[in-house]
Amino acid sequence: MFDLGPHAGFIWLSYAAAALCILGLVLWVWTDERTQRRRLADLERRGLRRRSSQQNQDKP
Amino acid sequence: MAELSEPQTMRSWRVSTLANPTAFMRLSGKLLPWLIALTLILFAVGLTMAFLAPPDYQQGETVKIMYVHVPAAWLSMACYSVIALSSAGYLIWRHPLADVSAKAAAPIGAVFTLLALVTGSLWGKPMWGAYWVWDARLTSVLILFFLYLGLIALRQAIDEPGRAGRAAAILALIGAVNIPIIKYSVNWWNTLHQPASVIRADGPTIAPSLLWPLLIMALAFTILFVVLHLKAMRAEVLRRRCDAMIAVHVRGDAAQDRAGGEAVSHV
Repeated sequence: MFDLGPHAGFIWLSYAAAALCILGLVLWVWTDERTQRRRLADLERRGLRRRSSQQNQDKP
Repeated sequence: MAELSEPQTMRSWRVSTLANPTAFMRLSGKLLPWLIALTLILFAVGLTMAFLAPPDYQQGETVKIMYVHVPAAWLSMACYSVIALSSAGYLIWRHPLADVSAKAAAPIGAVFTLLALVTGSLWGKPMWGAYWVWDARLTSVLILFFLYLGLIALRQAIDEPGRAGRAAAILALIGAVNIPIIKYSVNWWNTLHQPASVIRADGPTIAPSLLWPLLIMALAFTILFVVLHLKAMRAEVLRRRCDAMIAVHVRGDAAQDRAGGEAVSHV
């Protein structure tokens, strides 16, 4: 593959650390948004409404 | 009510469009697929250029660590600047979306700062003979990492979201003094870390064959940060909607209980 010289281990470790950090962040933000979306859908299914939609309902 | 003149209408439309959480969700939802595609393309191009770039005449192939270390280090400061600006926006205008932006950016900034420290150590060992030295640049970046952890911990420690947001915003603005210290530490003090070689008044001192892959990788990391920040902000907006719905429901139940109690006491 690539001949990265005598310090190849340090170079590969740096790229592995970057990949790990990026994958970890991607996994976290995607999972968090999906969890909150499911939570919101669950609350709406139970009949809970947002304050703004309640105010709209209360208007004559 | 008097009608708004056209400039006033335009101004109020722009502010409300950017600051309204519902509009933010709609706009970010449309933008994200394009930004994700752009991030993937930039990383593909940047990594190819980085691995095809020639070795440095002094450092050899070890210079390849620069293509992940320098963008991570830039982002560690850029992300803190986003937090500081959002915090100022929250303290001045009290707009919840500014607080959402500050809260969402903190864990992302912490991870990029950690990445800058780790890759810096991995670059330092073969070049300086040490993983770590207590010089001004390294120490000020370590302080930045602790600042990020402090911001995250402070929010976790205060239950009431409004108070947590205000306390974190004040801490973020105090900590912002560290950003120019990091930037100019290599000029103000005698450090082992090399001085700035890209953003300089007299232009970059890196050869174009090494500079272009670095710029593409920096752009890829920056767009990646925008994607991560928007996604984290969307999750936070949804979390606050859920919490607000539960709070309205609990208040409604409590009011009903009170009304019931009063009716019983009047009987």
